[in-house]
Amino acid sequence: MSALRHGYVTAALLGMFWTVTVAVTVAVAMSFLTGAPFRPSLLLSITTGALAGVGCLRGRAGIAVAAVGLLAIGLLGLGPVQTGEVGLFSDAAGQALAAAAAVLGLQSFLRGLPFGRLTRHEFEEAIIRFLTGFGYVFFTAIVAIPFYVMVMTSLKNQQQLVQNPLDFSIDLSRGWNLFDSYVELMTVFNFGSYLWTSFYVAVLTVILTLAFSIPGAYAVARMRFRGAAVFSRSILLIYMVPMIVLALPIYIGYSMVGLRNSVIGIVLIYPVTTIPVALYMLQGYFRGLPAEVEEAGLMDGLSRLAVIWKITLPLSLPALASVSLYVFMIAWNEFLLAFMLLDDPSKFTLTRGIASLDSSEIPRQHLMAGSVIATVPIMAIFLGLERFMTRGLTAGSVKG
Amino acid sequence: MTDAVPPKGRGPLARREARLAWGLLAPTVAIVSAVVILPLLAIFWISFKPVGLADLRPPAPVVRESLRGSGDDLRLQYRLRNSSRDIAISGVTITDTLPPGLSVRQADSRCDVSDGQIFCDIGDLKPGGRDEIELSVAADRDADELGEEAESSAPSVSGNAPNILTNAEFTLENFARIFDGDEFWGVLGVTLFYATVGTIGALVVGLFAALLLDRSFRGQGVLRGLYLFPYVAPVIAVAFTWVILFDPFSGSANALLIRMGVTESAINFFGDRPLALIMVTIFEIWRYFPLSFLFILARMQSIPEDMYEAADMDGASPFQKFWFLSLPQLLGILSVLFLLRFIWTFNKFDDIFLLTGGNAGTRTLTVSVYEQAFAVSNIGAGAAVAVVIFGCLLLFSAFFFKVISREEGL
Repeated sequence: MSALRHGYVTAALLGMFWTVTVAVTVAVAMSFLTGAPFRPSLLLSITTGALAGVGCLRGRAGIAVAAVGLLAIGLLGLGPVQTGEVGLFSDAAGQALAAAAAVLGLQSFLRGLPFGRLTRHEFEEAIIRFLTGFGYVFFTAIVAIPFYVMVMTSLKNQQQLVQNPLDFSIDLSRGWNLFDSYVELMTVFNFGSYLWTSFYVAVLTVILTLAFSIPGAYAVARMRFRGAAVFSRSILLIYMVPMIVLALPIYIGYSMVGLRNSVIGIVLIYPVTTIPVALYMLQGYFRGLPAEVEEAGLMDGLSRLAVIWKITLPLSLPALASVSLYVFMIAWNEFLLAFMLLDDPSKFTLTRGIASLDSSEIPRQHLMAGSVIATVPIMAIFLGLERFMTRGLTAGSVKG
Repeated sequence: MTDAVPPKGRGPLARREARLAWGLLAPTVAIVSAVVILPLLAIFWISFKPVGLADLRPPAPVVRESLRGSGDDLRLQYRLRNSSRDIAISGVTITDTLPPGLSVRQADSRCDVSDGQIFCDIGDLKPGGRDEIELSVAADRDADELGEEAESSAPSVSGNAPNILTNAEFTLENFARIFDGDEFWGVLGVTLFYATVGTIGALVVGLFAALLLDRSFRGQGVLRGLYLFPYVAPVIAVAFTWVILFDPFSGSANALLIRMGVTESAINFFGDRPLALIMVTIFEIWRYFPLSFLFILARMQSIPEDMYEAADMDGASPFQKFWFLSLPQLLGILSVLFLLRFIWTFNKFDDIFLLTGGNAGTRTLTVSVYEQAFAVSNIGAGAAVAVVIFGCLLLFSAFFFKVISREEGL
């Protein structure tokens, strides 16, 4: 361990790891952007990376030498990123990107590190800075790539997809024809109506859930009665019952009553799946409100129900917003029940509609366009109200 | 003068409060028990019954009415059929109203006719059996028109058949069938691997992400929002994206790997035996790390800053601070999250169903509920698997409540 704690050893090691990371990232990114062959070379990355790492310890001159050196051998074809048949411009852009990312990263990881022996603090801080940089690249890549693929595939046509599965560049000359899949989904596949069904089912679910869970959560959080603790636990237990276990008898029951294949049946069942979650989140929030305010209301002659309506609810608007958002998300994304209970295409929700696109006769850019249609609204709502969402998710569920 | 003593027992105020509380809870209790408790009881009931998908429609007599012949040979005909090929129906009767203008001249011996009402007692109908009743009638209007009228008013028909769902026939065959052979243990093993590795993976990755974002910088909010995407997007959308991305023939991942020289030929990520399970588990980690990351981040930000200052004064290095300070502080939330996520992953159905459909060695218990009930059409066996899942759930949650009451004081 102590052999590692020398400036040049640490710098060389971090240089290797970071250059490999950068090479892989740049190769993947350039391949996805241009469709041309970019390839990281493990051996060259390690050797050039180690050298660049040591160079970055040698002040500004060293950093400059490392940057120019990486770029030069990259352009000569011996750098961390290898290219096949690539245009001059994209080759230069890729090599410059790789060299810049490698050197900028390294000089910030190795800032202030001496060449010789390191103290434990210096060593660990350099490692942590490297892990942080690596983490940002890693997480952004794993989150962004699937969504990028989803959007770009939906803008292609069958021929382009088969020709080069790597090519995600957009052919702007197609103009509005880029959105052919979307137009077809909306006109031929009736996605407009699915969108509307999903929307009102989700809104009705939110309203019904709140109507049931607000009084229940208040009772559990504030009132003393026998069985409150047992009740609070059984909510959590119900929250954990797997949906597939319930879906089977619900399917049988609905088949017998004739509610299967109807939107009413779906609207009846969705709130029940969300009430336990909502109740659990809300009671956590209600517990956190000061009881004195409510007691003051009671002393001034309000009834309990009036206290809930006039004092508790206005105070818990943020919690109501986050619970609504969360419930909306669950109802919008719900797949299993819609899949099992709905057969008639005129009553499909969006998720059920996408499931019906999963067949070998329907081209897969349609499937991806459907996925984009389902994902974009929930993402937009979520990004706009992200603050509520994160707070709501954590508020009720961490502290019981 | 008597001494003032504190009231004993429950006073009227306490009782009123309890009444109000139950009043507020009543709607929730009612609807939740209707949709959760009843189905659970139903699952237990069905799991002991030999029920197939076809038995959901109980056997019933089916009747078709038609007016045949012409002139003097005009006959009203009822054709009966037993909808089931296996079960007999007893006490079958038909009731029908004659359309005005039609009068019965001679009735079948099993029928009674009075005031234009026909009542026929057919008796028993064998499994898959057919029967026919003819009444010769006289028409005083156009026969075609009358025929249409007669056929448009459906006769009512009744009969008793044993309904497999409600009779007292029980069997242990469902359980014998699912526990029989190695398949069940294989499925259980897959489920445990998926739940354990998926949960631990999501926790570790989530912890890493939380450590990254536990500082304030510009764009922190945007990154946090971005990292939550996998959890927020509809499962069906992201699952299909993964399937297309890793497609063995035209997937981008394979094209990339081949071009980079990692592999010679395309890899069938969701179709080969150990690989499919690993991919499904990675998907689970990818989709649920945001959840653990949110909870861990929330807990991290509530660790008091002065503890770190004290550690700094004592000369603790960054790794030591993480290992001896942050981690013990986070242990509570990590254990709660582990149990909760373990239970949820154990119960997960959609993800695997959409990615592989339970093929290539990725069949978990929940997927086999669906397989048994709908693919093999054996609802009884599906229910039996569901009962096994529920048993596991009770076991886990008993453990969970023990831990959570220690950690969170619930």
